[in-house]
Amino acid sequence: MSTKSHPGGSSAGGSSAGSSTAGTGSAFASPELIGRAVRDAFVKLNPVALMRNPVIFVTEVVAALVTVLFARDLLAGNPLAFTGQIMAWLWFTVLFANFAEAIAEGRGRAQADSLRKARTDTVAKRLRDPAARGIHERVSALDLKLGDHVLVEAGDLIPGDGEIILGIASVNEAAITGESAPVIRESGGDRSAVTGGTTVISDWLVVRITAAPGSSFLDRMIALVEGAERQKTPNEMALSVLLVGMTLIFLIAVVSLAGLGRYSAADVPVPILVALLVTLIPTTIGGLLSAIGIAGMDRLIRHNVLAMSGRAVEAAGDVDTLLLDKTGTITFGNRMASEIIAVPGINEHEAALIAVQASLADETAEGRSILALAREKYGITPEMAALEGASFVAFSAATRLSGVDVTGRRIRKGAVDAVKRFVHSVDPRASTGIAAFDAAVERIARSGGTPLGLAENGRLLGVIHLKDVVKPDIKERFAELRRMGIRTVMVTGDNPITAAAIASEAGVDDFIAEATPQDKLAYIRTEQRRGRLVAMCGDGTNDAPALAQADVGVAMQSGTQAAREAGNMVDLDSDPTKLIEIVGIGKQLLMTRGALTTFSIANDVAKYFAIIPALFIAAIPELGLLNVMGLHSPQSAILSAVIFNALIIIALIPLALRGVTYRAQEAGAVLARNLAIYGLGGILLPFAGIKLIDIAITAMGLA
Amino acid sequence: MTVLGWLQIAIVLALVVAAAVPLGAYMARVYAGEPTLLSSLLGPVERGLYRLAGVDPSREQGALAYTLGMLAFNAAGVVLLYAILRLQGLLPYNPLGFAGVSPDLAFNTAVSFVSNTNWQAYGGETTMSLFSQMAGLTVQNFLSAATGIALAVALVRAFARSNAAGVGNFFVDMTRSVLYVLLPLAIVTALIQVGMGVPQTLTPTVTAATLEGAQQTIAMGPVATQMAIKQIGTNGGGFFNVNAAHPFENPTALSNALEIWQMLVVSTALVFAFGRLIGDRRQARALLAAIAVILIAGIAVTYWAESAGTPSLLAAGLDPAGGNMEGKEVRFGVAASSFFAAVTTGLSDGAVNSMHGSFTPIGGLMPMFLIQLGEILPGGNGSGLYGLLVMAIIAVFVAGLMVGRTPEYLGKKIEVTEVKMAILAVLILPAAILGFSAIAAVLPDALAGLGNAGPHGLSEILYAYSSAAGNNGSAFGGLSANSPWWNTTLGIAMLLGRFAYIVPMMAIAGSLAAKTRLSASSGTFPTHGLLFVGLLVGVILILGGLQFFPALALGPIAEQVQMLAGKTF
Repeated sequence: MSTKSHPGGSSAGGSSAGSSTAGTGSAFASPELIGRAVRDAFVKLNPVALMRNPVIFVTEVVAALVTVLFARDLLAGNPLAFTGQIMAWLWFTVLFANFAEAIAEGRGRAQADSLRKARTDTVAKRLRDPAARGIHERVSALDLKLGDHVLVEAGDLIPGDGEIILGIASVNEAAITGESAPVIRESGGDRSAVTGGTTVISDWLVVRITAAPGSSFLDRMIALVEGAERQKTPNEMALSVLLVGMTLIFLIAVVSLAGLGRYSAADVPVPILVALLVTLIPTTIGGLLSAIGIAGMDRLIRHNVLAMSGRAVEAAGDVDTLLLDKTGTITFGNRMASEIIAVPGINEHEAALIAVQASLADETAEGRSILALAREKYGITPEMAALEGASFVAFSAATRLSGVDVTGRRIRKGAVDAVKRFVHSVDPRASTGIAAFDAAVERIARSGGTPLGLAENGRLLGVIHLKDVVKPDIKERFAELRRMGIRTVMVTGDNPITAAAIASEAGVDDFIAEATPQDKLAYIRTEQRRGRLVAMCGDGTNDAPALAQADVGVAMQSGTQAAREAGNMVDLDSDPTKLIEIVGIGKQLLMTRGALTTFSIANDVAKYFAIIPALFIAAIPELGLLNVMGLHSPQSAILSAVIFNALIIIALIPLALRGVTYRAQEAGAVLARNLAIYGLGGILLPFAGIKLIDIAITAMGLA
Repeated sequence: MTVLGWLQIAIVLALVVAAAVPLGAYMARVYAGEPTLLSSLLGPVERGLYRLAGVDPSREQGALAYTLGMLAFNAAGVVLLYAILRLQGLLPYNPLGFAGVSPDLAFNTAVSFVSNTNWQAYGGETTMSLFSQMAGLTVQNFLSAATGIALAVALVRAFARSNAAGVGNFFVDMTRSVLYVLLPLAIVTALIQVGMGVPQTLTPTVTAATLEGAQQTIAMGPVATQMAIKQIGTNGGGFFNVNAAHPFENPTALSNALEIWQMLVVSTALVFAFGRLIGDRRQARALLAAIAVILIAGIAVTYWAESAGTPSLLAAGLDPAGGNMEGKEVRFGVAASSFFAAVTTGLSDGAVNSMHGSFTPIGGLMPMFLIQLGEILPGGNGSGLYGLLVMAIIAVFVAGLMVGRTPEYLGKKIEVTEVKMAILAVLILPAAILGFSAIAAVLPDALAGLGNAGPHGLSEILYAYSSAAGNNGSAFGGLSANSPWWNTTLGIAMLLGRFAYIVPMMAIAGSLAAKTRLSASSGTFPTHGLLFVGLLVGVILILGGLQFFPALALGPIAEQVQMLAGKTF
């Protein structure tokens, strides 16, 4: 079985699930895991704990009842084989359901163990006075209180979650994110949050502790993956109510048979009534429900996303509108050169060569992209453009130019007005109003790109078109989302013209240009008033209100403490593209739950046809007509139904853990497909299954 | 089965739909408070009634106040009717001098007519005075139907509104139902029925000389007025003991067709009105398609079983083309009797033009099963629509998750409250039917009323409680139900089936009204297509019907397979 599932199909975000320590999701069939789950299945027989799962609890109660009857038969010396087998399979039903839950929990527990190793039990350097770094006392990290200030120096573990108030340092957060490259953390701004259990690699920090021991991010993460904090989600609760209701309905149907059967001189023995009850009540979904929920959370964790509640995962499936940050999600983080336009009289190739020379020492992404463009489009390599004895002019905020000086040539590239100023300063008589140059600048600006002027001495040579490059597969993903009924909204700080151009290229449904945090918040509120659920991601403190307002708010692990508290999910990879995958995971979880519920209910049809004739055939032999499956004997029919009912739980555990096949399609198509497989299949499969089991147990002489 | 038989069925059903579409549009306007054709005529009457009753028609009620108003109004109805029946001997218009009705029968009858069940443990022409028939029973025929419609409209408003506190005003909806919908339809069709030969007179009897020269006293009375609303309001309580099999209640094949049309038209129109009120008529068409699939299948099975007759009658040399004519009127025949039986039970009407107990076992199973499905095909006035919407909520909840969203229906999220209440509501029917039946099946007092032994006797028990809890009111025949045990338990079953269903249903309305109505997208679970129709049919059959399978296996199914094997009781 695959250990990694990407419900969203392709993964533009490149989730690091595979490499992460939080993603130790090995195949569920590891022997220790199964051994532990088998043990837990027995531990979970404790009726007090089992009461959380009413359907299986009822099964346990009636299994106990049949056990008592079996014991009575044993003492009375009555025939035992049939009641004994019914009893055994009833207990198996309960154990299989427990096993399903245990194995789902076991997978989370393995992850929790690896996280726990990172939990700090170290000595913290507490500061009396945050300003005086020299004087600190050594205390246990567990004794730190909210608001304490601690000093963390290179090589130290950060003793708890906190906010940096002084200093800048590189921090290794691999313990949390699985990402080994260190990140920079500094006081002020959006990178001021640190997480307990991570390590300072260089420099020092003064941190104000913002989480009490036991409630730190790491503690919550451990509790979440372990399932210790697991509460039923709203939809799970509603489904449980339905299952309890169905159990009651079938309880009425079965208990009333005591009276109706007596009237017809067809008294049914209690173990058989119990068998009928257990096969009719929705044990399949009842047994798998919590495993499905745990597995859904687990899938998120393996995508390095922590959901603070199951409710958030369900909400993710319901999302109608996605607010996506342009940079990093829709476009690559940096603008890239896409064309070089030479003014009349200059050869385009020549302009490209000069552009390369101006960028030889430019280590910015924009500079690199000019070299890449020249290589691809004009075949110019840096070697070809190399200049002897050149002195490079680095970019400065004051001049907004960079370039190179060599043997009387002064080559510059930079902001258009800055380049014009440069040309004018070199040669006051030079023409800076070349029509073709201005036209190109105008055209680039209008298309949403950034024009970069290129000049040598007193002469404008051309314009480099820097443009936001939309990620190659993003348009298809948005189309996919649109088919699923999800609107995508691009959020950008760009001006409306630029934003519109990128929006149309990326194929989003709407955009917010020159977006301020207030704009985001207002947009979310408007959408919600129209009855839509909104998801967004953010990392800054000023994102916090919008994150809290959104139905699904994904905070970046790299973001501020405020953002992380406001969101209901945290992405440990800090990858905004993940939002799309989160929606997919939410949908897959809900689909799996719905599919197995439908399957479980549809199963009842066949079970009726197996058991009803068997129940009454002694009193009313003509009812044998209803034995459409041609089951061997009343005993074998009842036993087969009970065995099928137990085995189907085991058979469906992999599906419950993996989730049903998820495709980005419109709801009608998804429904048609799932109804055919789990509805129609759920009606037909047990006919075949029960018949096969009947043949098998008859051959073995069990009934 | 004959082509002619099916043609009759098809024509009547087509006429129902043809009338229900405009009537639905009209009803939607009535309940939206918009002016209609009859406003200028009835507006002053309506306003006068509100002034008289001190009702402010512009005041909206929340779901709780609406329900409490409904309960108080219906409780008053039960008390009033109980008093009329008990005091019948002292009241006017009692030409035949009938005495007051016994307490258990008066309780049973009062509950029966107020709950729109119209189960009759008495023979009308030998028990009820004209006053009781007119001022007691006919009045409740109008009010119980209007109550049902009002409740359904409240639930529909809960879906249509967004973040609303109110679901309408019970007294206004009630008054409008009577004034604008039931009265006009009843008046027009009563006149047509008089034209077809149904009597409408205050003379209690007419005496005729028979061919043998004997004097025969034939009961009459104000039959047409009660017949019209009995069918229009899906009540089904007959003036005479044999109900619509009586020539004065249902004289001809044409009047029979009219009666079937009458019972279907308001409930069907209400589904169309629902589509308009929520602003999405495709939703109504989907519900109607689901109704049609099951109802027509029910008609087909009944018709088939009755046409096939029984092996022993065939062996006795009966013409196989005649089918099973036992318990059927010759002027209606097998087709019109089977059609009537399926419709009256799919509908919670409960009028009968033939004796269901005399049908073949499968032919008799079908009406019983249609009742057990919840009386939603299309069901009683109002009660059918709200019952169907509750089933739709469950269907959406079970399968809606499969599109990867938490379930929603008509833009409203289906969450714990809705599921809890829907399940409470659908629990009522199996609990009342199977619970009481299981007790009655072993209780000597109850068994004393049975007319037959063997599985047919069990069918009589099951049918009686199905009919009562389903608020249908039709009888299987054979059961002598006028005894304290039957009167009391059937009365309780009727109360449960009506009011224990309504209370959770209105809790759903309250919860839904307060929710935001979400806008649909291509990711929303589609509840207007064929897929949903299939799903809804499946859920109605599997969740609504399957739990009765074991009981039915011991009753009609056992009887059928034994009949085929030549075994009799």
